[in-house]
Amino acid sequence: METTAISANTKWWNGGKSPFNVEYGKLMMWYFLMSDTFTFGAFLIAYGTVRFSSTGWPDPNEVFRSYPGASEGAHAPLVFVSIMTFILIVSSVTMVLAVHAGHERKKKEVAKYLIWTIIGGLAFLGCQAWEWNHLHHEGAWWGSNPFLNSDGTASTTNFTNFFFTITGFHGFHVFSGVIINIVMLIMTLVGTFDKKGHYLMIEKAGLYWHFVDLVWVFVFTCFYLL
Amino acid sequence: MEHSTTYVDNAGHDNHGGTKEIWRTFWILLVLTLVELALGFWMIGMPDGSLRLAIKGSIIILMMAKAFYIVSYFMHLGSELKNLIMTIIVPLIFLVWGIVAFLYEGNSYKTNRLQYDKYQKESSQLKAEPKAEEKTEEKKPGALEQ
Repeated sequence: METTAISANTKWWNGGKSPFNVEYGKLMMWYFLMSDTFTFGAFLIAYGTVRFSSTGWPDPNEVFRSYPGASEGAHAPLVFVSIMTFILIVSSVTMVLAVHAGHERKKKEVAKYLIWTIIGGLAFLGCQAWEWNHLHHEGAWWGSNPFLNSDGTASTTNFTNFFFTITGFHGFHVFSGVIINIVMLIMTLVGTFDKKGHYLMIEKAGLYWHFVDLVWVFVFTCFYLL
Repeated sequence: MEHSTTYVDNAGHDNHGGTKEIWRTFWILLVLTLVELALGFWMIGMPDGSLRLAIKGSIIILMMAKAFYIVSYFMHLGSELKNLIMTIIVPLIFLVWGIVAFLYEGNSYKTNRLQYDKYQKESSQLKAEPKAEEKTEEKKPGALEQ
C-alpha cells in the first residue's frame, strides 16, 4: 500500500466511513457479480449433476471439431475454442489497460483501449455465432441432439440443451458487456468523465467485463475440456 | 444526521506494478490456458481410468488458478480491504456445498438406477443404430481394417 490514509489499525467498523473503503457503485457491482456467480454456478452444477447421473455423454472432441472454412470431415478438436478463449483473455487485458489509463485520466488512451475491448467482444460473439450456426446445421439445437455418446450408445438431448442454454446465457452477458463498453466509450469521448473528474465508471464496467471472461474460463473447461 | 459517504481515496492502490503487472498476469493466464489445452489434447481418445481422472483434476486446478488471477489482479480484489474480500468470497462456500451435494446425488441416481432397473441397465448398453450417411466414417469394434 502506497497510500498513507490506510494503516493497519484503522477501525473500519467504528462508523463514519465505509468498512469496505470503496464507493457505493463499485460495491454494488461486486454484489451483483456475486449474485450472477450463483446463477452461473447453479447452471453449471445442474449440468454436472445431469452429466453425473447419465450413463453416457457425447465426446466434446467429436462434437466441437470444426472451424470456419474447414471441410466437412475436419477433425480439429479444441482449435476453434482456443481462439475464442484467447480473444476473450486479450479483451480482458485491453479492458484492464483502459481502467489503468482511466486512473491516470488519459482520455485518448481510455478510448483506444475501450475500442479494442469492444472489437474483442464482437469477435468473440462472431465466433460464437459461427459455432452455433455450424452446430445447428449439424442438427443440434434445444431438444435435438445428433451426437452419439462417446461409447456409441444413444444419447439424450441433455447435452445440447445444457450447451445452448449455458453458452447462450454467457453470450448474452458478452453482448451486454459490449453494449456497456460502447456506452462507456461514448461517455469518454463526450467528456462525461472529465467533467466528473474521475473515471471510476470505467472501473465498474471493467469489473463486469472481467466477470464475463471469468465465466468463460469455467464454461470453456466444463464443456470443451472435461 | 447526515449519512457519510466518504471513503479514503486510494485509487492509487490499483496501480502498483502498473501495466507491467497487467502483462505479467496476461502471460500467466496464457500459459495456464496452453497447459490446459495440452492436457486436453493428451486426453483425447484416452480410456476411462485413474490417469484420465488425474488429468481432469489437474485441469480443474488450473481453472481455479486462472479464476484467482483474473479476480485478484484484473478485478483488483486482491488489493481491496479484507472486509470486502471476505464479503465476496465467504458466500461462495454455498457453491462448494452445491457442487459436492449435487454431483454426489447425480452419481447416486445413476448407480441406483443401474442396480435396480434392469431395463435401464440393458438399454444403456445398446449401441445406437448408425444413421445412414453421417456416421459412416466411425469404425465399429471388430470392423475390418481397411
